[in-house]
Amino acid sequence: MTVTTTGDLPDEVHDVAIVGAGVVGTAIARELARYRLRIALVEASDDVGNGTSKANTAILHTGFDATPGTLEARLVREGYQRLIAYAAETGIPLEPLGALLVAWDGEQLAALPALAEKAARNGYDETSVLDADAVYAREPHLGPGALGALEVPGESIICPWTTTLAYATQAVRAGVDLHLNCPAGAITTGGDHHEIATPRGVLRTRHLVNAAGLYSDEINRRLGHEEFTVTPRRGQLIVFDKFARGLVDRILLPVPTALGKGVLVAPTVYGNVMLGPTAEDLDDKTATGSSADGLASLREKGERILPELLAEEVTAVYAGLRAATEHGDYQIHADPGRRYVAVGGIRSTGLTASMAIAAHVVELLTDCGLDPGPEREIEPVRMPTIGEAFPRPYQRADLIAADPAYGTVVCHCERVTRGEIRDALTATVPPASLDGIRRRTRALGGRCQGFFCGAEVRAQFEAATAAQDRTAQDRTEARR
Amino acid sequence: MTPTTDRTHRTVDVLVIGAGPAGLAVAARLAAAGVDRVEVLDREQHAGGVPRHCHHTGFGLRDLRRVMTGPDYARHHIAAAIRAGAVLRTGVTATGWAAPRTVDITGPTGLERITATAVVLATGARERPRSARLVPGTRPAGVLTTGQLQQAVHLHHQSVGRRAVIVGAERVSHSAVDTLRRAGAEVVAMVTDQPRHQTHPACHLGTLLRHGIPLVTDATVAELTGRGRLESVRLRHRDGRTAAVACDTMVFTGDWIPDHELARSAGIALDPGTRGPAADADFRTAAPGVFAVGNLLHPVETADIAALDGRFAAAPVLRHLTGVPWTPGALPVRVEAPLLWVWPNRIAPGGPPPPRGRFTLRTTRFLTRPVLTVVQDGHTLHRGRLPRTAVPNRPFHLPAGWLAGAAAHGGPVHITVD
Repeated sequence: MTVTTTGDLPDEVHDVAIVGAGVVGTAIARELARYRLRIALVEASDDVGNGTSKANTAILHTGFDATPGTLEARLVREGYQRLIAYAAETGIPLEPLGALLVAWDGEQLAALPALAEKAARNGYDETSVLDADAVYAREPHLGPGALGALEVPGESIICPWTTTLAYATQAVRAGVDLHLNCPAGAITTGGDHHEIATPRGVLRTRHLVNAAGLYSDEINRRLGHEEFTVTPRRGQLIVFDKFARGLVDRILLPVPTALGKGVLVAPTVYGNVMLGPTAEDLDDKTATGSSADGLASLREKGERILPELLAEEVTAVYAGLRAATEHGDYQIHADPGRRYVAVGGIRSTGLTASMAIAAHVVELLTDCGLDPGPEREIEPVRMPTIGEAFPRPYQRADLIAADPAYGTVVCHCERVTRGEIRDALTATVPPASLDGIRRRTRALGGRCQGFFCGAEVRAQFEAATAAQDRTAQDRTEARR
Repeated sequence: MTPTTDRTHRTVDVLVIGAGPAGLAVAARLAAAGVDRVEVLDREQHAGGVPRHCHHTGFGLRDLRRVMTGPDYARHHIAAAIRAGAVLRTGVTATGWAAPRTVDITGPTGLERITATAVVLATGARERPRSARLVPGTRPAGVLTTGQLQQAVHLHHQSVGRRAVIVGAERVSHSAVDTLRRAGAEVVAMVTDQPRHQTHPACHLGTLLRHGIPLVTDATVAELTGRGRLESVRLRHRDGRTAAVACDTMVFTGDWIPDHELARSAGIALDPGTRGPAADADFRTAAPGVFAVGNLLHPVETADIAALDGRFAAAPVLRHLTGVPWTPGALPVRVEAPLLWVWPNRIAPGGPPPPRGRFTLRTTRFLTRPVLTVVQDGHTLHRGRLPRTAVPNRPFHLPAGWLAGAAAHGGPVHITVD
């Protein structure tokens, strides 16, 4: 069970190395961990799920509106079923709220029957077209002027952070080496193995999987491929305070038209409501900032969809970059000669499709000559309950009786206890920063953004980091 | 482990939620008046509220008639409440309501449900963080509020950055300057969207002359940049000019919002101005037996004013305990722009006047000797010129003499500025 953040990489030849520990890379690592293989998962940043995977709309899609016949349509459909089962097993927060695609003009209303038909071609038969009265009966706080909607009962909300962490935790416990702070540099491909230069030494592997998200095209070129170019598409989102949760029961999706996709309003599994995203094609793969124009346009659109939403306090604003390419489909390619699989162009549906992508990639790896050997059972994982659908530790008499730390609330806005923060700091894949603590526990993610608990959470984090450093030092001295 | 949610049930006479100056002061008065079981809860590990981490002096002038530091002031009120016989419990959180005047509690000893004859909400206020102010840009470390800064420096002795920009030029902003300087950081600018600072002239002059900190007026924060750590901020002047300032720390000060979550989850209506629970001069909310005191009602007044609320609220709470019917003032008092809020914001014509016979107001911009008009249903109840300039982020007052002239069953009372 290894997670490294510094030091030299192990001097061995791995069976498979995966570049990129986002939701896709960790899912692939977890899928491969079911075989007796030497696997390395390398990640440029200091945490898993730290790029596109951490800043998306957190929706589990049925795939009803995918382009029929595409790889994306198939993997989203399969991934949806797999992730629902996996979430139940591991405790990933997931709420099957259903969605309404609300039509605000004649063109959008006219588009609904075709969308229902497209859903059917994607194997999803549960949609229905609602008239305006039925729409307002379901969502009474909706702004005036809705003409009708397509109801998609299977659309769900999910915790993207716990999903990635569950994959990574299970993979690491099953023997995958996770190396953080390890950006992939030059790649030399020999007859027997690849050598990947990193600041922490050379990583050797027979098979290579490129799950580098926004940077997947650059890695792909290093292997001599030019199938796709990633154009980062920025999505800015506004998260509203929990009092807004009473205003909306379902995911309110825009009807896609020729003029673009519009924005959605959706509850989150933490009990907030999000508004977004924008869609801006950029050149800069690091431009994860929000902009005044972007936020103004979101508020303008949100005001029409759910007017009362704008009166609530804003809890958070963030922006993520989707790995869009010039193609309309996922870019998953195998190069058997080089024992290489590229997983590119995984757009906003990647969270939903992640487990199906992983299974598909393992098949492609066997096409590339990987002999995984017999499958084995891997230890199930149970993730901390950070969603609102089940009792949280502060609500549980049994947990508090067993350990009073679960009765000591540290983050008051999100009701995160000392026990939960301690658990996160000592978890299999521990946080490297306060943001990492936030994604694991919700601490610091609430309406006050640290006014009350920021200093206290930082103190706990620094104490844990200091203790880990002391342990590491003791080990080094013991070896001497 | 099977989740269980068993709770122990108890009853008390008065449950005070929040052990800051307002909550402690009301508890001390009630206990001293002979109320048998007065229990004060605070979710923090230590009682005292915000003054606990304000190390500057100036606390206590109006309620104790002497000045002391924040921590000393907090200790004074804690000792007074305990001495009077109130039960003070820290590290316990009120998580919601199970029934009227019945609150669910989480603490290290388990889950509780406490029913009280009177509940006093004294949950205070917080500064709006960067996200709630919709300041665009990246999300680097080094961006915080004064509350977080003070706790980091004074309670946890944590390092802060080297070069800081402060947003705000009011009283609390100067407290942030002091805290940053104590932590060894250089304050490179204070930024305010107002045309001038909003503190006492002597205080501002001190900051300017002693520390040489430039004040950028009529400006807002247009963008934060930096990955990992804050690197610079772009300021935009009202006339459109922008300028980048290199800094690794930015403190958002002021812009207070009441911590009204518990009040709101009881279904208590908020006042649109204060965003705190609507309450009358006797600190009564619309929910029978539920009072509100302190900066939950008026974001924000100084700590001594909050403590005086607690003192003034004791008598109405005692009256309620004797079984006097719950008939809070229901007539709204509202302000119109550029005024921001008024407190009390519910009145009962013929009922009690506000504490110290005056209404407290806030403005969003400087008003030089403004004429205030109080109108109900087209009838002017009062019209008069303020003797001095109304300054944003500072209180000014309107005498309550007009109150008797308001019609009990008329429409809302409006306060406007010419």
